[in-house]
Amino acid sequence: MEVFLTIFFFTALWAGVARFGPILMSKAPQQDLVRCCFLLAAVCCWLFWLCCYLAQLNPLIGPKLNQNTVKIIAEAWDNPIKAG
Amino acid sequence: MGSLFRSEEMALCQLFLQSEAAYACVSELGELGLVQFRDLNPDVNAFQRKFVNEVRRCDEMERKLRYLEKEIKKDGIPMLDTGESPEAPQPREMIDLEATFEKLENELREVNQNAEALKRNFLELTELKHILRKTQVFFDESVPTVYKSSGTHSSNKYRRYLQMADNQNEDEQAQLLGEEAVRASQPGQNLKLGFVAGVILRERLPAFERMLWRACRGNVFLRQAMIETPLEDPTNGDQVHKSVFIIFFQGDQLKTRVKKICEGFRATLYPCPEAPADRREMAMGVMTRIEDLNTVLGQTQDHRHRVLVAAAKNLKNWFVKVRKIKAIYHTLNLFNLDVTQKCLIAECWVPLLDIETIQLALRRGTERSGSSVPPILNRMQTFENPPTYNRTNKFTKAFQALIDAYGVASYREMNPAPYTIITFPFLFAVMFGDLGHGAIMALFGLWMIRKEKGLAAQKTDNEIWNIFFGGRYIIFLMGAFSMYTGLIYNDIFSKSLNIFGSHWHMSYNKSTVADNKYLQLNPNGDYEGAPYPFGMDPIWQVAGANKIIFHNAYKMKISIIFGVIHMIFGVVMSWHNHTYFRNRISMLYEFIPQLIFLLLLFFYMVLLMFIKWIKFAATNAKPYSEACAPSILITFIDMVLFNTPKEPVKDCQTYMFFGQHFIQVLFVLVAVGCIPVMLLAKPLLIMQARKQANIQPIAGATSDAETGAITNGGVGGGQHEEEEELSEIFIHQSIHTIEYVLGSVSHTASYLRLWALSLAHAQLAEVLWTMVLSIGLKQEGWFGGIILTCVFAFWAILTVGILVLMEGLSAFLHTLRLHWVEFQSKFYKGQGYAFQPFSFDAIIENGAAAAEAE
Repeated sequence: MEVFLTIFFFTALWAGVARFGPILMSKAPQQDLVRCCFLLAAVCCWLFWLCCYLAQLNPLIGPKLNQNTVKIIAEAWDNPIKAG
Repeated sequence: MGSLFRSEEMALCQLFLQSEAAYACVSELGELGLVQFRDLNPDVNAFQRKFVNEVRRCDEMERKLRYLEKEIKKDGIPMLDTGESPEAPQPREMIDLEATFEKLENELREVNQNAEALKRNFLELTELKHILRKTQVFFDESVPTVYKSSGTHSSNKYRRYLQMADNQNEDEQAQLLGEEAVRASQPGQNLKLGFVAGVILRERLPAFERMLWRACRGNVFLRQAMIETPLEDPTNGDQVHKSVFIIFFQGDQLKTRVKKICEGFRATLYPCPEAPADRREMAMGVMTRIEDLNTVLGQTQDHRHRVLVAAAKNLKNWFVKVRKIKAIYHTLNLFNLDVTQKCLIAECWVPLLDIETIQLALRRGTERSGSSVPPILNRMQTFENPPTYNRTNKFTKAFQALIDAYGVASYREMNPAPYTIITFPFLFAVMFGDLGHGAIMALFGLWMIRKEKGLAAQKTDNEIWNIFFGGRYIIFLMGAFSMYTGLIYNDIFSKSLNIFGSHWHMSYNKSTVADNKYLQLNPNGDYEGAPYPFGMDPIWQVAGANKIIFHNAYKMKISIIFGVIHMIFGVVMSWHNHTYFRNRISMLYEFIPQLIFLLLLFFYMVLLMFIKWIKFAATNAKPYSEACAPSILITFIDMVLFNTPKEPVKDCQTYMFFGQHFIQVLFVLVAVGCIPVMLLAKPLLIMQARKQANIQPIAGATSDAETGAITNGGVGGGQHEEEEELSEIFIHQSIHTIEYVLGSVSHTASYLRLWALSLAHAQLAEVLWTMVLSIGLKQEGWFGGIILTCVFAFWAILTVGILVLMEGLSAFLHTLRLHWVEFQSKFYKGQGYAFQPFSFDAIIENGAAAAEAE
């Protein structure tokens, strides 16, 4: 569920940028160029985000932490080490 | 307004100008900068053109102005540059300008000559003053020793030295020659010792002495003393060191010899009186003359300074005016004089959209010159290849320049520049992705953009700065996109931001942690199930041991994904070209097989990547668990080579989804089947069309479209009657096909540089952190604070120098290559020539740049 919502949110976000971004520059003379640029930028950025998201969606390996890092994470990221 | 997506439509026009109005009209057109004139007299010698005299006069004026400029610069007077461009003056004003420059030049030359003569005089007087002072020392030294008399010193040379003292020294009563000497000498012989005094360059002195000794066989005596203060050479203003010398000799022969040697060594001789009283008188006279000379010299310099300051106010203005006049006459030289000698004919390329503006400018020019006949602008039909004109503004100019550097677009083909505005910074950012470095770059670009007007006004000829400033919008966009990719890669100066909380959680107990040096989290349990919402999870940055493995898998995949999409975009652009040029054969038998080939092989690989990302998970049961995830590269290679894949591990499947084998075989067969279509279809159809054209010469309509299709679309300057030989067409097509097919493989792999540079950048940043900054941060105490400051400075310099500048330049170059080769080879012909309008702005800029370079 969280996955779908996140994907939907970012897709909607970048679609919004592509659709409504050119309004920011409505006074520029070459409107077609402005629309093209916003569309391209939105597509590129969205695709880049999507690839990163999908690559981490089903990870096949986990991160390998060294001992020190484990202890720091336990304190800093509120992920305490269980007793025993 | 024309768009940037294709180059503008151009028209070849004929311009009829009345001779009186020609100058004013050309001046107006120069201000406008929208017309490219053609040379209608190509075989006429430069010296035989009509307006060669006017051009020569302009050259003379420019020479005078350059002389003035040099003198002004020599005096260090600042030249006023308002930055505004005065209009080209009328022809009759040219005479006034010429007279002004002539007067100024003559005045300046005269002043300079006078100053030089005065300086020479001054030098002579100064040298004379030094001589008088120094020889006083020589003569003075003889005085006490005379009283000591000959008893104490026995050396002959010394006695001779005494004898060389002044003859008629009434005050000191020194005897030049001792009594013995007078007696010893032969009667009748002239015993008087002569001397010459002069000044010579210090460097020449040893050689001078040697020469004297050898030539006069040691019979002359030289005494010298250095002049401490350096003297100014009047011709070139250098400071030189000189020495005073005095030579004593006996007899006329030696005198001539000594004089000749002095001449040879360019020593200046001065008449030095023998009597000390005379010398003192002379010294005083010299001093007064030096004073007077100084005053006159000062006044001369003041006068010169005044003249130059007055000239400096208008110098830039004059330069601009003269350059404009010269440009106008150069252009008029390109025109043809018609039979009646009353009007000038010009041929020019103009953008279609600007014909109105040009008509207005011509009308203005005619009014200004007071001529009654309006100029005529006639559009001509031509088969020639028009120049490529892309109307750019300050933002798009830099991107267009990037494209044009590789090759100017053919007339009316699709211009890659508007897409480059976004894809170039984006691909750069994929390679550069670091929030911190991107911020530095973006801030630098932003500063240059905000201070645009001020920075542009300071015209420097520092190449590197000009390049950076010209690309300020590119730099800003590269920085901005790098900040975005830096956020996605979660990398700021090699550290990660933890904004949303990591989605990986440890579940170890103390004994596990104590016993193991390394602990690897299990995706089946330690992972939340949903990924970090924006970007890379921060835990990967601290997972030092296998961070690179994960990142490599991720970055290689995105490199291929973006690469294949970029290339498909390129191929689709060629479709636009074929549609515009109505090239049906190319569209059906080039574009469609190309697209199918690319899609079925490489886009299929991209789809496989997405399928693998979604289908295989550690939480799944076999056959979709992580143990069974196939390598996409191996799958692809097996697909293309029709290999049977290796036996998978127990419980795993060979293929990812149902029907994969069948689909793969089908795709490869269809893709390979596209190759002969690309290779042979178009040439065979052309061959067939030509045969038909030969059989039915009348019905040229349809076949012409096919045959005509060969010569258009970018082959420059071709007439329609000239056809390529059939064998040529076959060869071209086969080259094209091989290039495309092999290129698709190599270019896809080439996009892996996105991964490689991104990896290198991240690793460099990490090295800088580990080896430099973290050492500084680990220091303690107040002394540690000082160390940290120094370490931080070092780290900052390395960050900017290596990571931002060097890596930035490297990534820029690679992105440029990706655009020029991988993207543009799919559709770009780039065989046009640029539109170079007659524009005063361009000429004046070039003229200023050329003058600076001198």
